[in-house]
Amino acid sequence: MCTYSTEKIEVARSSGKGPEGWFPLRTATVYYDHPVHAPDEHTVNIDFLNPEQGPGARVAVELSLDTARELLEALRTTVERAAHH
Amino acid sequence: MAYDAVLAETVGIRGHGDDLVEAYIARPMAPGPRGGVIVIHHMPGYDRESKEVVRRFAVLGYDAICVNLYSREAPGAAPDDAAATARAQGGVPDERFVGDARAAARWLRDLPTSNGKVGSIGYCSGGRQAFLTSVEVDVQAAVDCYGAFVVGTPPEGFPLQVQPLADRVPEVRAPILGLFGNDDSYPSPEQVDELEKLLQENGKTYEFHRYDGAGHAFFSVDRPSYRPEAAVDGWRQVEAFFATHLAV
Repeated sequence: MCTYSTEKIEVARSSGKGPEGWFPLRTATVYYDHPVHAPDEHTVNIDFLNPEQGPGARVAVELSLDTARELLEALRTTVERAAHH
Repeated sequence: MAYDAVLAETVGIRGHGDDLVEAYIARPMAPGPRGGVIVIHHMPGYDRESKEVVRRFAVLGYDAICVNLYSREAPGAAPDDAAATARAQGGVPDERFVGDARAAARWLRDLPTSNGKVGSIGYCSGGRQAFLTSVEVDVQAAVDCYGAFVVGTPPEGFPLQVQPLADRVPEVRAPILGLFGNDDSYPSPEQVDELEKLLQENGKTYEFHRYDGAGHAFFSVDRPSYRPEAAVDGWRQVEAFFATHLAV
């Protein structure tokens, strides 16, 4: 995973559901690198983490570049719409 | 038929700062003396495929060890969760890696089968770390498989603790074998050229092999990046290199 390229954000007032159920999220790392599972050489990967609860407190996705672009648009649309609520 | 039994298991060793760290080892059961190999796992972690590489070196006749470099951040975690945790925390600091690699070299040399010679091989981020062992650890051979940021500068605002090692090239004290894919961007062919030039200028012993039609991680048998032709030839080069430099 040697692009090493990583963006990291703090996550507040947000939750994720992992193998043990729901937990509060603390950080998210976003990176374009080799996936563990998705069938491409590189994917946009997001790890939502809660370090206080250990490495298993993780919601992970590996997105194809096209899917990541669509997600970005969907997030933008949704966040803009939310501003009018 | 030759006797080919191998023992492979998880052990604890005292790594950097005397921390107890997990390691996977594999040893031929035939008598020595023989060389030892430090396997440095890729950034996705201390996973099943890394352990297969350790066993392969034992089958090839070496005592081999791979330290779980994420032992401290994520003891007992699944390899992908451990890698995600380590990435979120900025990766493995070089100083800590060097401490763990020195401990692995000591562990190999303390085996009754040791001939005193130790080599290192690393993949991906481990390729850069293998290069670092040629400067910081008593190794007689080091294999850099597509390690990024041996030369080249990480982008500004880069969150991981990784510094280029170009200024350390004069201190390299072991022969280097470098294996690279020509379609790789990290390291790019230009960066491989730059590293080769630095090794040449400093009179270091090295051997580079570059593969067309291969990118990053061409040895990774469980990933789409796997390129059998490059990997098969790469293994042949690794075997020959270690046979030359780790023999009695």
